[in-house]
Amino acid sequence: MIAGTLRERVLRLMLPGAALALGLLLWDLAVRLLALPPYVLPSPGLVAATLVADAPLLGGALLATLVTTAEGFALAAVGGIALAVLLNQSRALEYALYPYAVILQVTPIIAIAPLLLIYLPQQAAVLACAWLVAFFPVLANTTLGLNSVDRNLAALFQLYRASRLQVLLRLKLPAALPHILAGLRIAGGLSLIGAVVAEIAAGSAGAGSGLAYRIVEAGYRLNIPRMFAALLLLSLAGIAIFFVLSWLSHVVLRHWHESAAPDGQ
Amino acid sequence: MDRAEPVIALQGVAKTFGELVALEGFDLAVQPGQFVTLLGPSGCGKSTALRIVAGLSEPSRGRVVRPQPQSGVPDVGFVFQEPTLMPWATVAANVALPLTLRRLPAAEIASRVEAMLARVGLSDFARAYPRQLSGGMQMRVSIARALVTAPALLLMDEPFAALDEITRFRLNDDLLALWQALGQTVVFVTHSVFESVYLSQRVLVMRARPGRIVAEIAIDAPLPRGELFRTSADYAALCRRVSQALHAASDAGAPA
Repeated sequence: MIAGTLRERVLRLMLPGAALALGLLLWDLAVRLLALPPYVLPSPGLVAATLVADAPLLGGALLATLVTTAEGFALAAVGGIALAVLLNQSRALEYALYPYAVILQVTPIIAIAPLLLIYLPQQAAVLACAWLVAFFPVLANTTLGLNSVDRNLAALFQLYRASRLQVLLRLKLPAALPHILAGLRIAGGLSLIGAVVAEIAAGSAGAGSGLAYRIVEAGYRLNIPRMFAALLLLSLAGIAIFFVLSWLSHVVLRHWHESAAPDGQ
Repeated sequence: MDRAEPVIALQGVAKTFGELVALEGFDLAVQPGQFVTLLGPSGCGKSTALRIVAGLSEPSRGRVVRPQPQSGVPDVGFVFQEPTLMPWATVAANVALPLTLRRLPAAEIASRVEAMLARVGLSDFARAYPRQLSGGMQMRVSIARALVTAPALLLMDEPFAALDEITRFRLNDDLLALWQALGQTVVFVTHSVFESVYLSQRVLVMRARPGRIVAEIAIDAPLPRGELFRTSADYAALCRRVSQALHAASDAGAPA
């Protein structure tokens, strides 16, 4: 992608900022002019004030959710890449198992969560949900990447009698890296979703401490400002995860891959 | 030159892919140190023949003699139509690949890669990544990688087809200089009459469906060849002869 001129770059930062400011202004005006009570719609200022006032509670909850998300993501990354490598070593294994990975993926996770909560300790069930949702994109992307090796490069490795391990480590995995990183970027956002879904399911079962649980709890108490504040934190967490993983992808690929090229060279 | 044992000998080789007969009755013998060109229209099976010579593919029928493998690895370098470099690896790491796969000591790899990069004029680009290089430079890296093992046999599958003419002329000259210096046997596949005459000692003209060699033209112009040869009457006459042989072969291969 060709980087824009300075003017364009400034506009691309300014315009979303201006849109945000305008939105907040309209929101605030609506609350004031229509005299909406906070349990119907809190003003942006009240949400911000709640965020500060509830910081200890919400901060702890954010940490709990982020830990679950990170653990789910790590398990999904390791498990997805490892299973893709395993399936890549044997056609028979790939044919035998891949369909079930797809089935696992297309089954809505929120319907699996209550079952997991019955069979697993609560924290493990939440983690299992985060893992289940995030696992498949890593598996699918890694599988695609391992299969998209340049045919002539593969012939070259064959010509030089490279071992299976050499082909995997020196050819297939590096060639798959852009795909793997794309999979991880998707998985990062999804493991947050998985964690939230599981917390909500677990919360209604009467336990939990993450942000999503706090949202459910605040809902029962009609503490609408706190719901907004917790939601805001979840959004920010999602955005942060996305940017961290995009940055990681850029750093790893900047030397060689088109998607991370500094210009359209 | 004809008295030595051939480095490569293919006798009565046939290759079929399902219904398609790519090669039939294909005979080829190349003496050590020769520069031989396989010239033919697209789809005549010249790349298939080259892959069989390399050992990347086995013939359906016929006999093949290849250079003795060195510690289990074919004593062959291969240059593809595209540079076929690993985009994630530096120029030095790309050139080092055949040595790395043989698990040679790092110091030996480094010195051989350095010497090879100097030969192809890319010493300053050892740490660059392929995408930072021009097409011609990428092809030099590819040639350096093929030659870094000092193979008895260098196989090239239309390596310069995608390059502009000026770059192609320079690489032709550089390839001839490398060949004179290193003395390996070269089998070069091309569909360019001019390139085949300029580079080789023997031009083998192929026809298609089924692919086989139908004419051989000896090019005994002395080396080094340069602009003088490229603009000489001899060169033009040889090109005409090769071109006529190619046309005759193409007509023979055309559907009735």
